[in-house]
Amino acid sequence: MGDVVNIVLKRLGLGLLTLFVISVIIFGAVEMLPGDIAQAVLGQGATEENVAALREQLGLNDPAPVRYFDWLAGAVVGDFGVSLVSQTSVSEAIAPRFLNTLFLAGYAAVIAVPVAIMLGIVVALLRNTLFDRVANVLTLTSISSPEFFLGYILILYLSVKTGAFPAIAKLSTDMTFLELLDRTFLPALTMVLVVVAHMMRMTRAAIISLLASPYIEMARVKGMPAWKVIVKHALPNAWAPIINVVALNLAYLITGVVLVEVVFVYPGIGQLLVDAVTKRDFPVVQACCLIFAATFILLNLAADVGAILTNPRLRYKK
Amino acid sequence: MESKRDVLLEIRDLKIEGYSDEKWIEIVHGIDLTLHRGEVMGLIGESGAGKSTIGLAAMGYARDGCRIASGSVEFDGLELTTTPESDRRALRGSRIAYVAQSAAASFNPAHRLIDQHTETPVHYNIRKRQDSQEDAMELYEKLRLPNPREIGFRYPHQVSGGQLQRAMTAMAMACRPDLIIFDEPTTALDVTTQIEVLLAIRDIVEQYNTAAIYITHDLAVVAQMADTIKVLLKGNEVEESDTRSMLENPQEEYTKSLWAVRSFQRDQKARPTGDAVPVVSVENIDAAYGPVKVLEDVSFDIYAGMTVAVVGESGSGKSTTARCITGLLPPTKGRILFNGEELPADYRKRTKDQLRQAQMIYQMADTALNPKVLISEIIGRPAAFYGGLKGGALKSRVDELLDLIELEPSKYYNRYPPELSGGQKQRIGIARALAADPTFIICDEVTSALDQLVAEGILKLLDRLQKELNLAYMFITHDLATVRSIADEVVVMKQGKVVEQGPKNEMFTPPHHPYTDLLLSSVPEMDPDWLTTVVEERGVDNIGEAANT
Repeated sequence: MGDVVNIVLKRLGLGLLTLFVISVIIFGAVEMLPGDIAQAVLGQGATEENVAALREQLGLNDPAPVRYFDWLAGAVVGDFGVSLVSQTSVSEAIAPRFLNTLFLAGYAAVIAVPVAIMLGIVVALLRNTLFDRVANVLTLTSISSPEFFLGYILILYLSVKTGAFPAIAKLSTDMTFLELLDRTFLPALTMVLVVVAHMMRMTRAAIISLLASPYIEMARVKGMPAWKVIVKHALPNAWAPIINVVALNLAYLITGVVLVEVVFVYPGIGQLLVDAVTKRDFPVVQACCLIFAATFILLNLAADVGAILTNPRLRYKK
Repeated sequence: MESKRDVLLEIRDLKIEGYSDEKWIEIVHGIDLTLHRGEVMGLIGESGAGKSTIGLAAMGYARDGCRIASGSVEFDGLELTTTPESDRRALRGSRIAYVAQSAAASFNPAHRLIDQHTETPVHYNIRKRQDSQEDAMELYEKLRLPNPREIGFRYPHQVSGGQLQRAMTAMAMACRPDLIIFDEPTTALDVTTQIEVLLAIRDIVEQYNTAAIYITHDLAVVAQMADTIKVLLKGNEVEESDTRSMLENPQEEYTKSLWAVRSFQRDQKARPTGDAVPVVSVENIDAAYGPVKVLEDVSFDIYAGMTVAVVGESGSGKSTTARCITGLLPPTKGRILFNGEELPADYRKRTKDQLRQAQMIYQMADTALNPKVLISEIIGRPAAFYGGLKGGALKSRVDELLDLIELEPSKYYNRYPPELSGGQKQRIGIARALAADPTFIICDEVTSALDQLVAEGILKLLDRLQKELNLAYMFITHDLATVRSIADEVVVMKQGKVVEQGPKNEMFTPPHHPYTDLLLSSVPEMDPDWLTTVVEERGVDNIGEAANT
């Protein structure tokens, strides 16, 4: 097991390095935007003195590297500075929104991952049958449709016409957990529809690619029924690619859901990011981007560790 | 003469079809086979003879893309071709078992050996898990596996090839089947490991009076194992008789040609006298993969026009030595000389001319040739790269090379590797090496993936080319019959060291180094009593891997 810890530490180090490079890119990109930030915040009507005063207040007169390291030093301890628009702490603005996003992503993942993997196993078992083709077409359709379109269709049929679920996912603090699940069901379902196809198809492909292996033939001539051949003999060797795709989709659930949040008016981090971009609230934009990058890196690390843990060759040395 | 009761398996007029190019093609053309309880039948033939397909059909099983077209397979009174799949499956698990060619690939890498062993008996409620585990350990002990009470709890990658093959035989025994199909169970093993597995299989089959079908292409192996032998060719039966009469008095021409195949032997050449400089000199090289040292103080010389065979078991460092010579793996110590001149250790630092002089031919022509590239291009590229040939000159050079390897240029110029047979592909591999106009060629197990008749053709071709072009060969092999037929000098390697070297005739005449002796005496002979004799000489506990340490 010492080796596994070693590998994880190495990957973690590399992840931190990647994150550092990304932070430079994010900062640089915002830096290169045309126009003066103070001018943009204050609008066309602002006087020269006002703009100069704001520049001074924001520290915009310092050279870029100094400002970068100031920002990075704050970010490392969770202080992303002050919002240009609301003049409040960026961290405080982001924290509840990010928790909401995590909740919705978790909700969707808890449904999507087991469903996708089970469907993948079933279609691998029934490969090239009608069921396989129908499942393929349906999931492909759902992955090919834009999220907002899926969202509105679901609203139309599951909310407007039947009234089964609320169309707007507004949250309030006095809701019970069940109410919360009910309120956010439609956005979660939309996201499930978007990510299931990818994971299911990878599960199917990973299993089927192993079916020509000698050990699969061995399991068959040992008298094992088809389902056991797939679940017990193919699946344990197929985890590595499946885990990688699951991690990618989980990252997408966290970072790619802006449209779903807009459609369902859900107070997540995506909406916050869109608002911040339109209002040129750069500290918020930078913080959101950095959080998204960290999410990707962490989930990929988790996928690597998962792939190692499911491979006995790496777990048990000769 | 025999009562119907004794017949365990009766196959009548079995025809099997395979699916290719969108139609079904018959690959087994009406085979009859009768096997009695406790009898061991050897199925022998070259690749494509249908041995494995027939073996699997005896279990009522056809691979994906194959189907039993007609005929009957009757196992202990039950007609398998008409029985529902679920019943056949139950039979496969418990009463007919299968031992595959490569245990390393046929054990599931994700599960412990003992869990794979107990799977069938537990699934079909034949034994309780505890009981089956206990039984597995007993079988491991009977098959002389080390640490029989512990080895089952390892994963396949933690166990050596010969041990895995015995563990697989134990697994086949888990439900005490009436019939076991052994499909080339020792083909992938070294001779010293093979002898151990052969003995283990023979003993356990005898002990439980299990009937067996033993599939192999190696006559000497089947002679040790089988009571009767059936010879197959392209899905047809050639002949069948009991082992002794088959060996002493084969009837059919084809069988006789198989028996005679190891007759090719060329005269041994002596080293040039005087102050001739060897083409290749390996001087005291050490090499390592990362922290693992794999070669230690390896030295030998190869002179022009001569063949040096490098023999040893897998892991002995034969191929690593080749990688050092070609510069793919720079040695950590020592040097490589070419015509007396030291070569840079790393191939990237060698000149084009130095690279041209040493070429390689690989074991698997299938994977060594790009399937999407025309033959003319495969051979033409090195000719253009090293020789700078273009247009008409290049074409006539490729034609000349195809002539050299005895393939008609007009027929093969515009074809792709997958359209060729195994032997033809290997010839293309040879032509590609020759295209660079080398003085030295490394042949890495070039005949071990080929059938014996085809392999003999390749050896003869290599011999002719050597005479015509005065080539020096380094011939890597684990097959001592090949060494006997073409080598001038032999280098014996073990665990990264050279244990003995010298002219071939000396190496094959006693007294030997003990390890050379072990290698030589482990090669099966065409005498049905050979295995028994060897066991008597060495003792059961001192055979194979045990004797190797």
